[in-house]
Amino acid sequence: MGGLDLSFFSWEIISKFVQKGFLFSIELTAVATVGGILLGTVLALMRLSGVKLLMWPATIYVNVMRSIPLVMVILWFFLLVPSSFYSYLPDGANYRSEYSAAITFIAFEAAYFSEIMRAGIQSIPRGQVHAGQAVGMTYAQNMKLVILPQAFRNMLPVLLTQTIILFQDTSLVYAIGAYDLLKGFTTAGKLYGRPEEAYLLAAVVYFALCFGLSYIVKKLQLKIAIIR
Amino acid sequence: MESVMDWQVFLNDDGSGRTYLQWMLEAWRWTLAVAGCSWVVAMVVGALMGTLRTLPNSPWAVRFANAWVELFRNIPLLVQIFIWYFVVPKIFPAMQQVPGFALVVMSLGFFTSARIAEQVRAGIQALPKGQRYAGMAMGFSTAQTYRYVILPMAFRIIFPPLTSESMNLLKNSSVAFAVSISELTMFAMQAQEETSRGIEIYLGVTVLYAASAFAVNRVMAFVEKRMQIPGFIVAGGTGGGH
Repeated sequence: MGGLDLSFFSWEIISKFVQKGFLFSIELTAVATVGGILLGTVLALMRLSGVKLLMWPATIYVNVMRSIPLVMVILWFFLLVPSSFYSYLPDGANYRSEYSAAITFIAFEAAYFSEIMRAGIQSIPRGQVHAGQAVGMTYAQNMKLVILPQAFRNMLPVLLTQTIILFQDTSLVYAIGAYDLLKGFTTAGKLYGRPEEAYLLAAVVYFALCFGLSYIVKKLQLKIAIIR
Repeated sequence: MESVMDWQVFLNDDGSGRTYLQWMLEAWRWTLAVAGCSWVVAMVVGALMGTLRTLPNSPWAVRFANAWVELFRNIPLLVQIFIWYFVVPKIFPAMQQVPGFALVVMSLGFFTSARIAEQVRAGIQALPKGQRYAGMAMGFSTAQTYRYVILPMAFRIIFPPLTSESMNLLKNSSVAFAVSISELTMFAMQAQEETSRGIEIYLGVTVLYAASAFAVNRVMAFVEKRMQIPGFIVAGGTGGGH
């Protein structure tokens, strides 16, 4: 037996190396979820608008994003966003990978969120649209006040499930060396000569978080299903 | 940034007597090999676990398969690859003999098996209860009922999600770069470094990924069509109501 020794991992090491990465992973997940849902909703509306000039670019964007591996998209954005761009951001020179990751995840997840929102909008009965029109609402008012709130609510469990997947995917910023949760563990592991234990602990933390969150989503799903 | 595109870069020697184009095609073969082998693992294990989750009167089998799905679904693929690659050989020295390629296939295969098991379970549970009773009425054992009645129908129902899982698997094979499998992403990163022609290299690799994913889609669609039972699939699944 090779044997693992987890004893060296103290709270001190955790707060020194892991905490920073953990916060970044959470931030990245939050930013990408909010940004992705906003951009994704716009893309969904464009695809459903029936105006060809809006429909085609959105359709192409979504399909291209969905046919490329996330790692490749991360590399693409890291390569394409000019380095001068980062100098406008606070501490941009030191956090280039982190900013680049945030841009990538918003752009990438928007494609997936847009498919969810499109399904959500299409799940609203046509009568709702007509009802809005009947009381004299404009297209924008109808969307904002009638359709989107219902679509969003119907799709909430799916959106949250996607967010959990997103959280797992943030570990792929490994490709450009951003300092995320996984990097926090591996850095500490390398420094103290215990890389295997570090990977194991990272797995435990990711599992605990994702398992816990999906349990909550499952409960929420039941609740929403009853109301509907 | 340098001048516009320079596609000649693919004809340059990479320093070992082959061109970058040859290297890229070799890397493509590795991607397809990783994805293909993992696909087999994922389908076999996924079908098994998905079936176990629906077994009547076998609570421990159900619990085991449920635990399997939760375990492999809730840890990022990259972390799972590191575990198979670094941690497992350390705990079980016998695993040190296993080549890296096989370890990556295990990680990607098991990771995807959890997602396929979920689809298989959903497909089986979507069947009317009567199908199971019909098998019993014929005097089939549980195994026979699954073999001849339930699984052939369930797999036809879940073909569309299996298609997307297969495409996901192909895309996820890109994560193998992290343990130095010389597949497309690994090639892209190294060739970009060596040539500073990232746009051309990345475009080439991206096109190969997209083309492969599209090919998987077409093959699955072809099989789906051939497997269709007239009058059954339309009712069961994809098309939506008339």
